[in-house]
Amino acid sequence: MKLKLTTLALSALMAAGPAMADLVFPSLSYRTGPYAAGGIPFADGYADYFTLLNERDGGIGGVMTKLLECETGYNTEKGVECYESTKGEGALIYQPLSTGITYQLIPKVTADNIPLHTMGYGRTSAANGKVFSNVFNYPANYWNGASGVVNYLLETNGGDLKGKKIALVYHNSAYGKEPIRTLEELSAKHGFELLALPVDHPGQEQKSQWLQIRRERPDFVTMWGWGVMNQVAIQEAANIRFPMENFIGVWWSGAEHDVMSAGDAANGYKALTFHNVGRDFPVFDDIQKHVVETGKAAGAGDQIGTVLYNRGMYAAMLAAEAVKTAQEIHGTADIDAAMMRDGMEALEMNEEKMAGLGMSNFGPTFNVSCENHGGPGLVGVTQWDASSKTWSLISDFKPTDGDVIGALVAEDSGAYAAENKITPNCN
Amino acid sequence: MFYREAGDFKTSYEQDSQTFPIKFDRFRYYAVLAIAFLVVPFVINDYWANAILLPFLIYAIAAIGLNILVGYAGQVSLGTGGFMAVGAYACYKFMTLMPEVSMFVHVLLAGGMTALVCVVFGLPSLRIKGFYLAVATLAAQFFLVWLFNRVPWFYNYSASGQISAPERDVFGILITGPNAPAWATYMFSLIFLTLCALIARNLTRGTIGRSWMAIRDMDIAAEIIGVNPLKAKLTAFAVSGFFIGISGALFFSVYLGAVEVGEAFGITKSFLVLFMVIIGGLGSIFGSFAGAAFLVLLPVILKVVGVDVLGWPTDIVAHFQLVIVGALIIVFLIVEPHGLAQLWRVAKEKLRLWPFPH
Repeated sequence: MKLKLTTLALSALMAAGPAMADLVFPSLSYRTGPYAAGGIPFADGYADYFTLLNERDGGIGGVMTKLLECETGYNTEKGVECYESTKGEGALIYQPLSTGITYQLIPKVTADNIPLHTMGYGRTSAANGKVFSNVFNYPANYWNGASGVVNYLLETNGGDLKGKKIALVYHNSAYGKEPIRTLEELSAKHGFELLALPVDHPGQEQKSQWLQIRRERPDFVTMWGWGVMNQVAIQEAANIRFPMENFIGVWWSGAEHDVMSAGDAANGYKALTFHNVGRDFPVFDDIQKHVVETGKAAGAGDQIGTVLYNRGMYAAMLAAEAVKTAQEIHGTADIDAAMMRDGMEALEMNEEKMAGLGMSNFGPTFNVSCENHGGPGLVGVTQWDASSKTWSLISDFKPTDGDVIGALVAEDSGAYAAENKITPNCN
Repeated sequence: MFYREAGDFKTSYEQDSQTFPIKFDRFRYYAVLAIAFLVVPFVINDYWANAILLPFLIYAIAAIGLNILVGYAGQVSLGTGGFMAVGAYACYKFMTLMPEVSMFVHVLLAGGMTALVCVVFGLPSLRIKGFYLAVATLAAQFFLVWLFNRVPWFYNYSASGQISAPERDVFGILITGPNAPAWATYMFSLIFLTLCALIARNLTRGTIGRSWMAIRDMDIAAEIIGVNPLKAKLTAFAVSGFFIGISGALFFSVYLGAVEVGEAFGITKSFLVLFMVIIGGLGSIFGSFAGAAFLVLLPVILKVVGVDVLGWPTDIVAHFQLVIVGALIIVFLIVEPHGLAQLWRVAKEKLRLWPFPH
């Protein structure tokens, strides 16, 4: 009977959730399955930042935040279940950390008028805010990443890639296929040869791809991998003695756990990034003090300062700043999803703001507008040092090829608008 | 007491050969239909439709399709995921090529297309059987997924290789796309499920079904008594493919709205549907429903109990789900190898004698 009462009381509480006027942030995380190694630190960072805001500042603008975690296992069907079960609770923003789930959610969030933030993943052409009103992918997207790789290689090779051969090892899914179009355009523009090598989910078997790399001898290898695929690829590259400094992963292929298993052989491996690395930021001291030491950390508290923890925290920070912007615009602390969308569209990230948060120079400065949901697309490069076990930023955030990307974004989003009969807004 | 033949007099052959000869059974069946068609659409919301009922209805269609092949005709197939992908991609191509045609027609055409593909991949069944046939259908699974990943024509040359369902309607009511109301998607799937179940039930009671079962029980004996194995096996593949194609089309267009072939229609899908058929009961239409309900609902129930009621961390609950579902599958296979349908059958036998067992 007692249990029944508690259950009743609990379900009553849950039903009354929206009325309690918390700021609700669903976290569609994956702590299980083949992609958990990347999902766990991201989810921890995302959760810890909101806990920090509650503990230190008493929420955002005086309203407490509430995190609803839902396990997707990187599976689209579970992702849909998670979306449907959380959207009724006053969800302000969705960040699924999965390109597959993003594709499902794009039409759904637009119909339900909830913003979707796919930071550095998802559908690249969502950068065109005229067509994708509720989808944001600032500060950088896959096509910025593809162009970032090429720009970095141009820079380190005297501005000339003619006759060079670049191999792309990619996860054979929507995620991995995204950069191909841009790389094809760029290969025509800069005269390098592109060799695309798909790796099937989950990516534990890559012998044939790396055999082909050994045979074709590309000058550079770039990788669009995630989960266990990254570790395997770096190990295989080490096995065929491919020079690590010529191997550049996208930002989802450059975390500590990806390179650790290859040991010293991974030394010199490079990865892109759109935010800073390391834990030399005052905000981490606050997290240590207010979250970890009070026992409220989402994980074991050992992930702080790792690449993906930082990214999860960065995602939470951008969401929290968008909430503040929305609160200013609408003059109310208690915002809903539609107001949140306005806040995201008016978001301005500058150095002053980041310094105030204890995250000075953590990410690029940018402004979001109604037309541009993609931000500036500044991409930096990090390199792994196996002896000190740290990533360091070796190339600062630099602009990418806006002409090529802009044309591709316009083409792809135009096709989407025609297919779904969307009339562009932002007049 | 209520559940018995006594007193229920049949005066015509039609009455004698009806699907539910016992009155109580018949009324229960009408009641289920009435609730499904007349009550649920009025109380349904987005969560119930998209998280629970749509996957149940669609997997039930797939399970009926596979049950015809494995349970009735005895042809083991591991290609269900690939055949569902055929349905999904055929539906997508028809939806984009002929946007003005009713969604109903698209789904039927997708089913027909899958039936053709299924027959082609069923041809080896005339020469090989058992495990060897399973391997041949496994090849179909991998080939089809590879094909849809490889040839850009199938996904209309989209940059990511994803297919997304545009908005399509039936008599002006939106069925696909994000703005489709929950009751419409539910009704659409329910109508297909009801039709499929009725067709399947009556096929398996008739000549074709009996020839399937004869082939299943002993193919040489069946041939001697005059069952044409070519016709029996290929019709089983065709009918099964038709149902599986319909479920694949609905899975893509009505339920998910966007799919990626490797993720949505991989080998795990083939196994999932096969487990539904095995747990539900081979050679039983009711078993297909029960198996689909078991494997769709159980994870959701465990999640709701673990996360929402008990407040456990999501990863622990996800791990428990695997443990509990796995353990239950083993328990069922040991305790009741003929599946949930057999439990139901035993319960009915007992009910007939209750409350005065002799």
